[in-house]
Amino acid sequence: MSVELIGYGCFFLTMALTYAIMCLGLNVQWGQTGLFNVGIAGFVAIGAYVSALLTTPDTANRFGGFDMPILVGWLGGAVAAALIAFLIGALTIRLRADYLAIATFGVAVAVQLSALNLERITGGPFGIGFIPRPFGGYAGDPLLFSLFNLGVLIVVVVLLYLALERLVRSPWGRVLRAIREDETAALALGKSAVKFRLQAFAIGGGIMGLAGAVQAHFIGFIAPENYLPMLTFQVWAMLIVGGSGNNRGAILGAVLVWGLWAASASVIASLFPPGQQARAAALQIVMIGVGLCAILLLRPRGILGEEKVVSRHLGKLPRALRPGTKPETPKQ
Amino acid sequence: MNPQALMDGLITGSMIGLGAIGVTLTYSILRFANFAHGEFIAWGAYIALAVSSALGYLSGGLLAPIGPFSFGWSLPIAAVVAVALTGGLALLVDALLFGRLRAQRSTVIIMVMASFGAALTLRSLLEFIFTSKPAYYTKALQIALPLGGGLRATPDQMLSLGVAAVLVVAVHLLLTRTAIGRSMRAVSENQQLSGVVGIDVRKVVRIVWLLGAGLACMAGIMAGLLVQIRPHMGLDLLLPLFAAAILGGIGSVPGAMLAGLIVGLAEAFAVQIVGAEWRAAIAFVILVLVLLVRPQGLFGRPE
Repeated sequence: MSVELIGYGCFFLTMALTYAIMCLGLNVQWGQTGLFNVGIAGFVAIGAYVSALLTTPDTANRFGGFDMPILVGWLGGAVAAALIAFLIGALTIRLRADYLAIATFGVAVAVQLSALNLERITGGPFGIGFIPRPFGGYAGDPLLFSLFNLGVLIVVVVLLYLALERLVRSPWGRVLRAIREDETAALALGKSAVKFRLQAFAIGGGIMGLAGAVQAHFIGFIAPENYLPMLTFQVWAMLIVGGSGNNRGAILGAVLVWGLWAASASVIASLFPPGQQARAAALQIVMIGVGLCAILLLRPRGILGEEKVVSRHLGKLPRALRPGTKPETPKQ
Repeated sequence: MNPQALMDGLITGSMIGLGAIGVTLTYSILRFANFAHGEFIAWGAYIALAVSSALGYLSGGLLAPIGPFSFGWSLPIAAVVAVALTGGLALLVDALLFGRLRAQRSTVIIMVMASFGAALTLRSLLEFIFTSKPAYYTKALQIALPLGGGLRATPDQMLSLGVAAVLVVAVHLLLTRTAIGRSMRAVSENQQLSGVVGIDVRKVVRIVWLLGAGLACMAGIMAGLLVQIRPHMGLDLLLPLFAAAILGGIGSVPGAMLAGLIVGLAEAFAVQIVGAEWRAAIAFVILVLVLLVRPQGLFGRPE
């Protein structure tokens, strides 16, 4: 029994970690900078499709299939998503905060529509299959294969986590939080709010693109219905539950919410007769929606809450001087 | 170019316009982009469907078509009930969610996010109750009558256009000529100050929800009558609603209606060129163009 159990555990964790990457991207945008992105699914889809186009073998009736290495695909997906995020940000970040939300919602709709309709590029409703998987040579041994895949995901998440933690504690991260907390004060110090927000939005979008690319290579198949608004909603729920502004919270929230999601799916599926499964899925979304609203009302900080950080150098100070231990955290 | 696109555009546009009035009012008075507004459209349509079917079950005579229209008296009666119930639904959501967040002095973006959560909950609830199978108020077929110039329209379509026009004029008069309308405009200018001079801000908020949800319900019933009723109908209209509200200028009721017509016509004519599968992208293109060229909209003031 244990082989299947370990196999399922690996699969579960690998999926959860792909969501954790999206969550980390959203944390850069929302948690650190306060930019509201309602089009996560769109950016994830861009990353997935670009990477799939770059790495799949040449196909007769479809554009692309450049048969490049997987890493090139991942980088390409991240860069493409970052570019779109940059363009949308350049358009809306100067305007009211919720115009960005509306525009990103539009991006998600437009990307979904393009994925469905540009059949010569995206495969239309049938999607793209045969996306090369890392360690594809080991596919004959399911256990080893899933362990290797999980290993790849862990390496990606850890690297990303370390990079983001470093970034949060850098002068750049401090400026972001300063702008989020008090834009006027930051402007008075000569920091261009628009420029910093734009950078954060593009980086976050790029990370979401990376997540989409990684997920596509893990599943091996992508189709437009993988990138419905539901995905955006799940990632938001993960970040809010884990605690926005906290990178560890983002990862924890992803694993936790994905676990709840999978568990509630199997419970609801077993409660409803086979003919009613579509209804059951709707009920599951209702529950998660109510849950998200309840958390916003009751515990808006999430499980871990925001980690108050100033600089990575302060981490070496004696405990009494660390910002977190003081009753009043100085606003940067 | 097919002149029929003009009629299609006007009809879609008046539905978008009615919905966009609600979006623009919530936006200017409660100060957040309500992603749940599309769900009032869908809920309104489904409530009317439920009431109308119940009435038809009680008395078959109510289902007999009125004059040239495809529906019987059950639908107009159901529409009145549904407008009231959708308004009640909006008040309920406000009492459970938005009102509490306002009391906690949450930021705009938390409100937007909560509306996003509320939208998913409401939509999936509809899908749970009614399943995602399309529904119709009536199965009757209608012959489109020639109007001259190559235009044709069914009596239902003509009636919907008329109702939309009457509603827009009524809302415009309400906002510009009545005491509550003046209060609403005052609150949208400055909430604290209008509270100081004795305007009941909570009452204004209630009226905004009732008005917005009622208009959305009417848009939903029109969409249900002329197209079909689906749980996702609100989600599909959401981007056009936002595009119209921003194009019209936030807070402007005539602007929202006019912009709704513009978005509807643009969709109808663009579809002739690029194909119906790209319909949903047209609102996005309009949105991007507005944000690029004139982010304050047609009738809005620059911030």
